[in-house]
Amino acid sequence: MTALLETRGVWQRFGGLIANSDVSISVGRGEIVGLIGPNGAGKSTLFNLIAGVLPPTQGSILFDGEDVTRMPAAERCQRGIGRTFQVVKSFETMTVIDNVIVGALVRNTVMREARRKAHEVLEFTGLAARADVLASDLVPAEKRRLEVARALATEPKLLLLDEVLTGLTPTEAQTGVALVRKVRDAGITVLMVEHVMEIVMPLVDRAIVLDLGKVLVEGKPADVVRDPKVISAYLGDRHAVGA
Amino acid sequence: MDKNFATRRRRDLIIAAGLAGIAALAPLFVKDVYVQNILILTLMYAALSQSWNILSGYCGQISLGHALYFGIGAYTTELLFTKFGVLPWFGMLGGGVIAALIAMGLGYPFFRLRGHYFVIATIVIAEIGLLLFQNWEWAGAAMGITIPIRGDSWLKFQFLRTKLPYFYFALGLCCLAWFVTWWLEDSKWGFWWRAVKDNPEAAESLGVVVFNSKMGAAAVSAFLVAIGGAFYAQFLAYIDPESVMGFQFSLLMALPAVLGGIGTLWGPVLGAAILIPMTELTRSYIGGSGRGVDLIVYGTLIVLISLALPQGLVSLFSRSKAKGATR
Repeated sequence: MTALLETRGVWQRFGGLIANSDVSISVGRGEIVGLIGPNGAGKSTLFNLIAGVLPPTQGSILFDGEDVTRMPAAERCQRGIGRTFQVVKSFETMTVIDNVIVGALVRNTVMREARRKAHEVLEFTGLAARADVLASDLVPAEKRRLEVARALATEPKLLLLDEVLTGLTPTEAQTGVALVRKVRDAGITVLMVEHVMEIVMPLVDRAIVLDLGKVLVEGKPADVVRDPKVISAYLGDRHAVGA
Repeated sequence: MDKNFATRRRRDLIIAAGLAGIAALAPLFVKDVYVQNILILTLMYAALSQSWNILSGYCGQISLGHALYFGIGAYTTELLFTKFGVLPWFGMLGGGVIAALIAMGLGYPFFRLRGHYFVIATIVIAEIGLLLFQNWEWAGAAMGITIPIRGDSWLKFQFLRTKLPYFYFALGLCCLAWFVTWWLEDSKWGFWWRAVKDNPEAAESLGVVVFNSKMGAAAVSAFLVAIGGAFYAQFLAYIDPESVMGFQFSLLMALPAVLGGIGTLWGPVLGAAILIPMTELTRSYIGGSGRGVDLIVYGTLIVLISLALPQGLVSLFSRSKAKGATR
């Protein structure tokens, strides 16, 4: 079967800076793939290219067999790409349920159905009790969760998670991990950018390591963390011993 | 939760119907023409502000140039009537459609601007519109257009002996603008607009076509404001550029919503109910013909409200039930 998402020789230049050079990756259906790498490796740029925030300078992006390289973000969402933001972007003056309804409206044009879908998603993500609270009144971990809920309400085939587990307490992070697994079990492919190695490595099926804008290594998490290139680029000796 | 939401929507509708009913009876008790005048203007500004609120409150695109659409409504109606004999009712709709088209035409370049730049653009465009009309000979230039009055007629929507028809039209327009807002609030558009206001980037990622949402809001908003302009022209029976397209109209559409609660269903009505009578009264009792005192009064009021109740006066009502409400 063809991959759900594929980038072919993607380049992104910002003036003289090369954020991504010749990045070709693929994500298969039903996988959880981790996109990792040190700061400035080009993870966020690649992530934004896939989500459709901006088109790449060069190369192409294929989603579900279709070239989406120049497709605007809203249209990609309609095709089935959902995303969260690293810096949470809740609709602050709206309630939790209303935030999620916005996402649900992509596939449900009748308000009643959109609302029902939104409630379903809140149940799924464990936010049901907070449905009527203003998004601005949520604690940070809940806001992260709302990001995920909103994206799930769009019924994506591919969910892009941008550091959803970063900055959480260990307990919160574990709940987050459980949620990501649940999402995958619901048949949604996940591509996640993450910093916290200890959490992300046991979670993902495959890890892609970026460094200096290029794909450095890709493979099973256990192999990736042992790879000398990865260790020297980023993980450090502590992980080399631990793994 | 859903029941809460449905109950609140129904309650809003009942309150609105009740208020409209009471307002409809007001002329039975208010015989004084001066007071009737104030009531008519209050209703008109409530309708205008409600319409302004759709683009600027819900969708978050602050416009200080809505006087342009108001003037276009007025001019379309009167030009069609005086030059071609088209009845004001059709002129009104025509004005609405033209205003909506212009709003979208202007939106095409300007909705790419963000925040303050957008506001500045709206002010500038409205001023340009004003200057164009002041110099447009065919449309009466700065002299304006006098609407020939030949007695009371519903067909021509002009009345000499009574103000009541104007009163009921203004009330109807106010109800219409409120109802449109109420209906849009729980629609795909309503949700899209609020999402666009709060965070366009996140909205886009959730499938909201931000640009189109803004265009839609601008069109609805301009259409309703132009109907208001057409009404005002008939009400005055005389128009000139300054008296239907002056900057003060842009302000008087924005201020009630800001005072009452921007981006809320009840804010514009509540704001207009307080602001417009106050403006008229201060103008006649303190200000005389000068334009100073009324401006000082509501300037002060806005400052006080922004300091004490940044969400507007409606937050007084919603605060007690805020915890359980959907908003």
